[in-house]
Amino acid sequence: MQLKAETVLERVTEGDVMGGSKAPSGLAAARPESDPATPAPVVDIKDLSLTYEAADGPVYALSNVNLQIAEGEFVSFIGPSGCGKTTLLRVIADLEQPNGGHIHVNGVSPSEARVRRDYGFIFQAPALYPWRTIQKNVELPLEIFGISKGERRERSRRQLELVNLKGFEKKFPWQLSGGMQQRASIARALSFDPRLLLMDEPFGALDEIVRDHLNEQLLKLWDKTRKTVLFVTHSIPEAVFLSSMIVVMSPRPGRIIDIIDASHLGRERKLEIRETPEFLKIAHRVREGLRAGHSYDD
Amino acid sequence: MTGFHRGGILAPFVLLGWIYALILAHSPNVAGQAGPVFWAFVSALWLAAAVALNGLSNLRLKTPGARRFLGLCIPILFGAFLFFLWEVIVVGAGVPSVLMPAPSAIGSRFAASLPVLLEDFLQTFVKSVLSGYMIGCLSGFLVAIVADRIPFLRRGLLPLGNFVAALPVIGIAPIMVMWFGFDWPSKAAVVVVMTFFPMLVNTVAGLAAAGRLERDLMRSYAAGYWTTLFKLRLPVALPFIFNALKINSTLALIGAIVAEFFGTPIVGMGFRISIEVARMSLDMVWAEIALAAIAGSLFYGLVALVERGATFWHPSYRT
Ligand SMILES: Nc1ncnc2c1ncn2[C@@H]1O[C@H](COP(=O)(O)OP(=O)(O)OP(=O)(O)O)[C@@H](O)[C@H]1O
Ligand SMILES: [Mg+2]
Repeated sequence: MQLKAETVLERVTEGDVMGGSKAPSGLAAARPESDPATPAPVVDIKDLSLTYEAADGPVYALSNVNLQIAEGEFVSFIGPSGCGKTTLLRVIADLEQPNGGHIHVNGVSPSEARVRRDYGFIFQAPALYPWRTIQKNVELPLEIFGISKGERRERSRRQLELVNLKGFEKKFPWQLSGGMQQRASIARALSFDPRLLLMDEPFGALDEIVRDHLNEQLLKLWDKTRKTVLFVTHSIPEAVFLSSMIVVMSPRPGRIIDIIDASHLGRERKLEIRETPEFLKIAHRVREGLRAGHSYDD
Repeated sequence: MTGFHRGGILAPFVLLGWIYALILAHSPNVAGQAGPVFWAFVSALWLAAAVALNGLSNLRLKTPGARRFLGLCIPILFGAFLFFLWEVIVVGAGVPSVLMPAPSAIGSRFAASLPVLLEDFLQTFVKSVLSGYMIGCLSGFLVAIVADRIPFLRRGLLPLGNFVAALPVIGIAPIMVMWFGFDWPSKAAVVVVMTFFPMLVNTVAGLAAAGRLERDLMRSYAAGYWTTLFKLRLPVALPFIFNALKINSTLALIGAIVAEFFGTPIVGMGFRISIEVARMSLDMVWAEIALAAIAGSLFYGLVALVERGATFWHPSYRT
């Protein structure tokens, strides 16, 4: 037990060093905050902890989380079920209040960032409103932000085309398959063009082929728009394929055990890179991290 | 033989049999003194009708139009059959009209008293029921929205609502007559009291029914209270609200009729029922009951129809 804890600690330091050594690209876990050469991180988390008070005692969902994400980064969060990935994203989105630590989003508190509409959140479930057509669902945020009708039409048309839902504008959510619903929810988040995208297992319900296709699309979108993306997944290949930085988490208490830099795979990636040695090396390290986290269960 | 064939072949014979039995029952030498042969014939018709209806209801039709037509036919035929039995038994066995008038007698009484029935309908349904229903439902809805915003009001009002809902109309009606006089306003007040709380309770429940993710979505858009109310919470509450509207449509009619037993000008459905019972003219009582049944069903049906249109997306209506 003691020994295992040490290995984990070691990994954290290792991850931090890796992130720190990559300063020029803006990758930064544990970079000193006062570094004047680099812009302020989009997400800056220090010693964050969150405990849920459940009926049968407290649940330590997040404990001592430290993380800094620079502008334009694609960060994947991977870890066993219940390790706090959703919780972490929800804290960043100001949907959950932490018990301790500091968090800044775009240099302000999460609630200020939320009110500024800095981010788009794609939930684990589509959360489409059943009384609205697909098109009207995609236009929902635009309606709330007071964007004109013509502009709304134009934007929803473009986003629905992007996620391959052209021709389904007038359908209702319950007339579409689960995967199509999830794609509609992605179109909804993209419709108001937020600089920061929080995606909670968006492709969990999709088949491999559609998933590959959407992964490529997402990567293209990320490359083109330079958005910052925080992406939760259970799939190691997906995490490595998409990310410039991979955060490995472990449960009970939920914490970060490794931060892996994958930016050297480049910004433009073809599906074929999944066979290359660099790719497999990173995938191997992610797997090792997940194993170390899992061994706590015994 | 398929169900369709059995149903299709039997149905015309059953209909012809009904007509024959009706003529027979009303003929002078059968009415009031029908023999075993007649009852055997009626029993045979009963069996045949059951087989025919069973065949029809097991039918699988392809086009939706035909399915809807059949869906309408079966309850109508079933209802017609019950009326037929009622008529044949009452006339054939000569049941005294004080105990149970035949449907034909009620029908002719209804047709002969149209002006009186219309006057009663206007007094009870149009004046008391409709106005009371609208005031009760609307104020229940508005108070629910206020109570939803102010927690202590919600905690205080809901138990009170259950308490008032449990009060019998008989108890509140005389009080309302004392307060609002003999004419229709006191009846409308009874209807308001009866419809207010079902609407309040249902709307409060409906406003709390939106799911966590759906709310979080609104929060992530930094949507304000009113935006969230109109774009999320009210649509989610709509099925609950319509549920209350349907419950209230029947409650309102009962309330207004019963309230008229406790003092009223000499018009109104409840008033008519109470005096005609005293006069032993039961066919008029039954004509009023028929009027109440028709008005109540149409009212309920109308609300249900609007509900279907407004909550087409709800799992119970999705096609
Ligand atoms: N609202 C809540 N109340 C109490 N406990 C909660 C709540 N939400 C999450 N938890 C607990 O917090 C822990 C972390 O949950 P979280 O949803 O963040 O996990 P996750 O990593 O997203 O898992 P998954 O991969 O299954 O989605 C879990 O143990 C969960 O039971
Ligand atoms: Mg999750």
